[in-house]
Amino acid sequence: MPLAQTDAESKKIAPPLEIHDLTVAYTKRPVLYGIDLEIPKGSIVGIVGPNGAGKSTLIKSVMGLLPSASGWVKVFGKPFKQAVTRVGYVPQRESVDWDFPVNALDVVLMGRYGRLGPFKRPNKSDKNIAMACLEKVRMAPYAKRQISNLSGGQQQRVFLARALAQESDLYLMDEPFVGVDAATESAIIEILRELQTQGKTLIVVHHDLTTAPDYFDRILLLNMRVVAYGNTKDVFTFENLQNAYGGRLSILSEVALSRARKKAEGDTPEDSLR
Amino acid sequence: MRELLPHAVSNGSKQRLAFSIFGILTASTIAHAAQIGKISETSWTEQALDFLSLEEPVVRTAVLGTLIIGFCCGVLGSFLVVRKLSLLGDTLSHAVLPGVALGFLWNASKDPWAIFIGATAAGILGVALVGWIKQTTHLKEDSAMGMVLAGFYGLGICMTTMIQNMAMGNKSGLDKFFFGQAAALSSGDIQLLGIISLITVVLVLIFYKEFIAISFDTGFAQAIGMPVQVLHYALMALLTFAVVVSLQAVGVVLVSALLITPAAAAFLLTDRMHWMLILAAGFGMLSGVLGAFISYLSNNLPTGPLIVLGATLIFVLALFFGPRHGFLTKTLRRKRQRQRIALENTLKSIFYLCENSDFERREFVVAELAVERNSNLPATEREILNLVEADMAEWIVDSNTPSMSGQARFRLSKEGWYRACEIVRNHRLWELYLTSAASYESDHVHDDAEEIEHLIGEGIVKRLEDRLQNPIHDPHGRLIPRRDQVIA
Repeated sequence: MPLAQTDAESKKIAPPLEIHDLTVAYTKRPVLYGIDLEIPKGSIVGIVGPNGAGKSTLIKSVMGLLPSASGWVKVFGKPFKQAVTRVGYVPQRESVDWDFPVNALDVVLMGRYGRLGPFKRPNKSDKNIAMACLEKVRMAPYAKRQISNLSGGQQQRVFLARALAQESDLYLMDEPFVGVDAATESAIIEILRELQTQGKTLIVVHHDLTTAPDYFDRILLLNMRVVAYGNTKDVFTFENLQNAYGGRLSILSEVALSRARKKAEGDTPEDSLR
Repeated sequence: MRELLPHAVSNGSKQRLAFSIFGILTASTIAHAAQIGKISETSWTEQALDFLSLEEPVVRTAVLGTLIIGFCCGVLGSFLVVRKLSLLGDTLSHAVLPGVALGFLWNASKDPWAIFIGATAAGILGVALVGWIKQTTHLKEDSAMGMVLAGFYGLGICMTTMIQNMAMGNKSGLDKFFFGQAAALSSGDIQLLGIISLITVVLVLIFYKEFIAISFDTGFAQAIGMPVQVLHYALMALLTFAVVVSLQAVGVVLVSALLITPAAAAFLLTDRMHWMLILAAGFGMLSGVLGAFISYLSNNLPTGPLIVLGATLIFVLALFFGPRHGFLTKTLRRKRQRQRIALENTLKSIFYLCENSDFERREFVVAELAVERNSNLPATEREILNLVEADMAEWIVDSNTPSMSGQARFRLSKEGWYRACEIVRNHRLWELYLTSAASYESDHVHDDAEEIEHLIGEGIVKRLEDRLQNPIHDPHGRLIPRRDQVIA
């Protein structure tokens, strides 16, 4: 009886993200067609696909940053605007001007702005939270550093810290691993795993096929439409990837792919013999 | 022309009224005040004192007006500069022109509010057009701004010329409209300016975090639920206000300079946004008063260009003397570093001399050091003089000292000896680190250590010592000196 109850309760809880028949168009040319998607709570989902597949477009239109032509998006069962504070966002690092006259702590504090709402200024506890988030990404010593004096990897950590400061339940991350050093990459993935154990849901746009099966337990293969979506092991097949990347898959990336696919399937002896 | 304007108003002739579209922008209600300084026989200094005493109401009005304008333009211009929208200032100042003409035509009087409303509407329409072109086409913002600027300006010129032709075609007001005249500000204009600046300050204070957020990362601001469009247009409306009220003091062509230049100077001097706003406001006010002052002294130079020149002067000063990024400051800093390195190299050579004598001798003659440093006598003597000046060495003067050149004796002071030990320690620690931790060959490490020894601080030295477990000998088998154990 208690078991049944919890089952019923979990059914009632709306998924962190539900997308139905979403179509997005830039100046009338559709970029995303009829996307249907449901992301379960506590998963790390990688969005993988070739350039121009609409990966960033998808997460931007989830947040209403781009207008959608049709379809709807629900975040924890509500329209995005009513669930703003439950969504954390890490934009692409190139999307901002790093010469902007703010320091790392100022940027992370912006993560608190959504919760503050209008007319309120960040107070001491907001600053403490921001500092703790910088600490988490091991950037506390650089808190007072102007952001252009940080390396690419450090800038990406600051962006991650800002998202952490949002204290959200669903995180949308746009290429957080682009242009970062190996140390930052492993630091970021460590934090993502930690967030996952706290029951947060993460959706990460990712371009590197070789690491994708290591990082994500679910993968969305995207190329203007959903090519495949599900558990990494089921989705990361050669046919699916061939479908997503079209004829553009060169021999080189085919080799890289087959290696990555083997990783996804678990590196059993038979695999390496194959 | 100056004398004509009041007649134009009092005669009530429609034509003359139409003509005074330029009057509102130049002479306003105080017709005699088209220039701040009255032509007089008094000397330069007396005029300066006249201005500074602020006794004349015209001077007071002009100073107050330029202060407020400088303040508003500095604060709002900062947002343009950090958002890389500098051209938008130009777009706005040119786009308001048709609105000014329409505002005048509305009731054919020089009601400042009608013109203000017309100009603001035209300015916001211009900005909205820029946004619309950017969103609906794949043209970039700069092209959109350039087109809107030129289009509105062309329309504005046609409209004002038509109004002018309806009148008597006297063009003498035109130059003031283009270049601005602070003395043309009336007390009514000052009221308007005051209200606008108050609105600006209050809104920027209330929405400071919102304006920063949309300026730094619009996408993120929108994602956390900020009404990005509303905030953007609020900022643009404030900018339009500032541009419209500044027109008559600075002139249409130069308003944008007052928006950009003080903010750009502030940007060079600080890397925190709130300091940038404060500095830009200060620079704006300073250049405003400077412009009004020189305009008063020179009697016939228009205020606008002088204000802009004042702002440009401030920018040039910031460019050269800025504490962090200034050209001269950087050059000086580099020069000081070169001097320090030269000093440290001399100290190191003296340490070697000392070491070669198994730390028996502590006094040396210039010639010995010259040989060690592979240098000539005068240069070596200069190096020792530099050390003496820095209290790191002293000459030994006694009756035995021969006056022959190169035979003058010297020794290191305690401070000099410490410093020499530090440099040699840094050098040898680094050599050891490279050979043991980074597996360099021991004959490859000297040149790198020559550079590094001047750069590493106490923190890194401590870490090197820990990592190498407080070593005693360098890769060449020589002793690594430590600061706390004075060898000599």
